[in-house]
Amino acid sequence: MSSKFRISVFNKILLYFPIILLFLSVFNEFDFNYLNYQYFSFNFPFILIFYWSLKRIETLGYGYIFIAGMFNDAVLGFPIGISSLTYLIICGFAAYLRNITLRPNNFKDWFYFLFTISVANSINYFLLMLFFSIEINYYEILGNIIFTFLLYYIFSFFFDLYRNIISRIKT
Amino acid sequence: MATSRDDFVIAIRSAFIKKGNKQRFSLIGLIFFSLGLLILSKINFPINNYIKITLNEIVYRSSFIVSVPEKKIQNLSDRVKDHYNVYNDYLLVKEKLNKLQSEKYDVQFLKEENKRLKKNIDEYVYNSEELVAKVLIDKDSPFLKSIIVNKGSKDNVKLGMAVLDRNYLVGKIVEVNYSTARALLVSDLNSKIPVGLEPGNIQSILTGTGKQNGKIEYFEKEMDVRDESIVYTSGSGGLFKSGIPVGIYNEKQDKESTVTFFSKLSQLTFVKLVSFEEDKN
Repeated sequence: MSSKFRISVFNKILLYFPIILLFLSVFNEFDFNYLNYQYFSFNFPFILIFYWSLKRIETLGYGYIFIAGMFNDAVLGFPIGISSLTYLIICGFAAYLRNITLRPNNFKDWFYFLFTISVANSINYFLLMLFFSIEINYYEILGNIIFTFLLYYIFSFFFDLYRNIISRIKT
Repeated sequence: MATSRDDFVIAIRSAFIKKGNKQRFSLIGLIFFSLGLLILSKINFPINNYIKITLNEIVYRSSFIVSVPEKKIQNLSDRVKDHYNVYNDYLLVKEKLNKLQSEKYDVQFLKEENKRLKKNIDEYVYNSEELVAKVLIDKDSPFLKSIIVNKGSKDNVKLGMAVLDRNYLVGKIVEVNYSTARALLVSDLNSKIPVGLEPGNIQSILTGTGKQNGKIEYFEKEMDVRDESIVYTSGSGGLFKSGIPVGIYNEKQDKESTVTFFSKLSQLTFVKLVSFEEDKN
């Protein structure tokens, strides 16, 4: 009985792993900034949200993504709603790609991700600059986009592995 | 042509309006809701401020707990580095201590003399109230350089209070919640502080660069600013008292000159929150 319970708890954690990871990443903002490499930073929530919206939306609902965005704004000190909007735009782009794709291709997804985060970051940048007069270093954003894009491929490889494990558990 | 446009519209509609199997909200609904929140933020709608304060209280505490493992790793790497540098640091500190001990008595005398002279010319003498606060979160985000401290309105923290690390200025309070507050660091792009450079008492504005240093703005090029001039707060604007040390000016011929802060902004653990008021006596 207890071992069954333990297995079911473990399975549940595995199933909701993307949500847990999303909330941990917005609370913690782990982007290795403390390494102090110039212009090196990446946006892990972007990678996570895009990948899971594209592949398997059931476990990462839009409501959770919206709340994660609000938490991210509180942590970073941005106006409430700006990260939620950015995350949801990424979801929209990913959902569109999912709808038009017949044969998924990781390489195409990767470049579409670059386009998506460029649009999302541009909207974010313009809203912060024009409406809230918050000054942001343009080159930092550019660096962030490039490293987020490059790391997407690596993270998507690990997420693919995780999806295989999950599908095995389900069957 | 018309078919491909129809396909595009169907795909967009399906992505933004249609709810998935386990989805409670449609994407477009949440996007409009986010936009609504942003508009309310922009017009400073009171309810929005209450939501923000409540959210901040919850998020700052949770973020502090979640950040513990990462902080431990960071501290460990810093400690390893410190162990490697311990002997060199010891020699430097020994040399500095000897120098400081000889200067201590001079400073004491100058302080008292300065106070007397200021009274003679009716210049404000400031009385300060200090609060020691623990740094809960120091995100060092690439976009905003700020810290969250564990003191808020219940501890009489007010907007605009100076944040000091030992005696060095590191930022000012920009957001106050019930039990927490956010301080914008001097390294942030949005931080502008009136400063004076000594020697010469050259008045200027110190602005952050978004990195670990700052830069001096708005002074005339022909002014003779020496390399390694000390940057102090000037007291203009009345927010901070004059003479709080901030950093050292580094002149660079080929590149833009910068200010190196006295305090290491990425390693703040405890800070002092100080408000300055005119001494009535």
